[in-house]
Amino acid sequence: MRISKLHDFMETRSFALMVGILLTVMVGGIVQIAPLFYIDSTIEEVEGVRPYSPLELAGQDIYVREGCYLCHSQMIRPLRDEIERYGHYSLAAESMYDRPFQWGSKRTGPDLARVGGKYTDDWHVFHLTNPRAVVPDSVMPPYAFLNDKKLNAKLIGAHLAAKQAIGEPYTDEMVALAEADIYTQVDPDSDDIDAFLARYPKAQVRNFDAQPEITEMDALIAYLQIIGTMVDFDEYQANINDNAR
Amino acid sequence: MSVNPSIIKRANGAILPIGIICVLGFIWAVLVASRGVDPVIKPHAYMYIFAFALAIFALVYGIMQNKFVYNPYEYDDNVIKAGVIATIIWGVAGMTIGVLIAFQLAYPQIMDATGLSWLNFGRLRPLHTSGVIFGFGGNALIATSFYTVQRTCRTRLAGGMWPWFVFWGWQLVLIIAGTGYLMGITHAKEYAEPEWYVDIWLTIVWVAYLAIFMMTLAKRKEKHIYVSNWFYLSFIVTIAMLHIVNNLALPVDWLGSKSYSLSSGVQSAMTQWWYGHNAVGFFLTTGFLGMMYYFIPKRAERPVYSYRLSIVHFWTVIFIYIWAGPHHLHYTALPQWTQTLGMVFSVMLWMPSWGGMINGLMTLSGAWDKLRTDPVLRLLAVSVAFYGMATFEGPLMAVRYINALSHYTDWTIGHVHAGALGWNGMVTFGALYCMVPWLWKKKNLYSLQMVEWHFWLSTIGIIFYITAMWVSGIMQGLMWRAYTDLGFLEYSFIETVKAMHPYYIIRAVGGTMYLLGMFVMAYNVWQTIKGRGDAVSLTDEEPTARKPAVDAIPELALGE
Repeated sequence: MRISKLHDFMETRSFALMVGILLTVMVGGIVQIAPLFYIDSTIEEVEGVRPYSPLELAGQDIYVREGCYLCHSQMIRPLRDEIERYGHYSLAAESMYDRPFQWGSKRTGPDLARVGGKYTDDWHVFHLTNPRAVVPDSVMPPYAFLNDKKLNAKLIGAHLAAKQAIGEPYTDEMVALAEADIYTQVDPDSDDIDAFLARYPKAQVRNFDAQPEITEMDALIAYLQIIGTMVDFDEYQANINDNAR
Repeated sequence: MSVNPSIIKRANGAILPIGIICVLGFIWAVLVASRGVDPVIKPHAYMYIFAFALAIFALVYGIMQNKFVYNPYEYDDNVIKAGVIATIIWGVAGMTIGVLIAFQLAYPQIMDATGLSWLNFGRLRPLHTSGVIFGFGGNALIATSFYTVQRTCRTRLAGGMWPWFVFWGWQLVLIIAGTGYLMGITHAKEYAEPEWYVDIWLTIVWVAYLAIFMMTLAKRKEKHIYVSNWFYLSFIVTIAMLHIVNNLALPVDWLGSKSYSLSSGVQSAMTQWWYGHNAVGFFLTTGFLGMMYYFIPKRAERPVYSYRLSIVHFWTVIFIYIWAGPHHLHYTALPQWTQTLGMVFSVMLWMPSWGGMINGLMTLSGAWDKLRTDPVLRLLAVSVAFYGMATFEGPLMAVRYINALSHYTDWTIGHVHAGALGWNGMVTFGALYCMVPWLWKKKNLYSLQMVEWHFWLSTIGIIFYITAMWVSGIMQGLMWRAYTDLGFLEYSFIETVKAMHPYYIIRAVGGTMYLLGMFVMAYNVWQTIKGRGDAVSLTDEEPTARKPAVDAIPELALGE
């Protein structure tokens, strides 16, 4: 009967009960979440991972808006079949500029963590416009409307500024040039191309959807084509101690 | 009931703060509508303007007409009646969307036919999950917790007008969130998709809910706080904590819709699944256990099986559940120590979960025969059986090696629906079938036969659903890792998608049956409220069918 006596105190005092519950449920989260912010080895140090270019970020915003993460993961597990199917397993560093993470929880469609460079821009345009014309058994929704929606480039500076305020290494210059950089990334003949590539190394510069104006399709494909390509896995040493987690 | 006018109380205390909240919200919404640069938030600004203007008008009108008076000797049941109706409406809506997206996966040509962005799976799926979890489940939890806390504390709900604020505030959360998903406004965290301006409103509503619940407990006329209320309280408190931490974000523009999460990558993944798993743990488990602990003993007319077990499993379930989140992130870039903690605690969670199941089922001791004759009690009992099944399957799937197969597949979807349809759905149906005659003072439900139909439609629908998902999930997991004799991957991804087709049809059929059951229930409840069939109206003197222990509060002191 001792347990009942002990419990007598709690269950006859509403405030004590509430505080007791709160303290009990706080423990797990504190132990599991807080250390991830200060243990250095949580995110390995890798060359190449950088904040998204304005066009790529606009593309990721569209990816989020359309709920792509509900059917596509961006997290290759270190299992033999996944590495052979999709490529090198995902590193924590590769998603460090995703707010929030896009790891997903379900693969109704395939993983996209290394989709960058896997298909041509044309393939993406055709596939997104009418998935079943390219892949007859696909269950993916059609995204033809992205071809007709002009990208709203005016607001992207504020998006970069917000990410800068949270702590992403965007410089003031990057924020100031954000809108211009959207136009630069779809125009290989632009004069600013070298400076742009210095700001965003490995960014791909071209007219992604072959239409004269900048559409949401451009942005989404620019994002898809950069996913998983920032780290050079010929250089990355998975087995050294610093990279073991 | 004739009441002496001298005991009528005025709910004046709540009106001023509610009015201030509404006016502030109104001003922000007007600013967004007039100054905002972000086009997608404008429809929401107009909705907020409309809602807050309506609320302010209702407050002013109510004061002028002297409407905000109540009898402190009576339970506050009108807000619960509204909650019952809202539960059914959101249930029908959320499940209809669920059936639609199930058919979209079986026949994606449905989406080609319209080509409309807002009818795509990716936009409708959060509408389905939020509609059923927060619309159907949330309204059911608010309504039943208000019902239970009053009866078990033998006192009227605290706060005067505040319970109505919580009710309407919650509907506003749901409407803004749901229409937002259709427009593509999402925070991209599963089950926490609403953007920052819905999150803040939700926080205000939730704090009011917690305050009402605590104040009601504080003025209880029973010495001990009944076990249901421990569970409801843990649900309210923990959801507040989870919601606030998981949604920490910086808006791009205070007059715009988009925000970026304060944490990124691996930390945001851990925070999200700490939230996501405990939305299951505290919204869909402890909240509904609170329901179970009131309605099963009440309907079976038997005491709770073991008081001691309820204490042990309450504290262990809330302590351990919180740790289980990382099992959603096995083999990911989350550090291994966190994954291992998540797995170990998930396996440990099996025992306290079954503690709840045993306590619920064994409460039927001495009343087992009623399962044959009373479909309402059967719904409640079978819900607990599904709870037991899902909480055994969960720890199993949380083991790393099994998770390597099950993760990313339909097995997860099947598991979730065993819990959602079997446990949350059926325990809610049982509780509503109990409450409706009690609340509307009817002798019985309109038709017990229709409850039988509802029971069998849902049970068979669930079986179609979860068996289809077991087969498709395990099959797809095995196909992904199948190798040929020459050491090549045997199947391309699309071949594994093609293999899902028949199971997606079976799942959609199962879901449709479950939805049909929901319509049967809606009709039955409507007819009961109308007083048709067996739902004979009772006068105040007559006892209700299964009358709550205490109906009035005679010992309440005047002026309290």
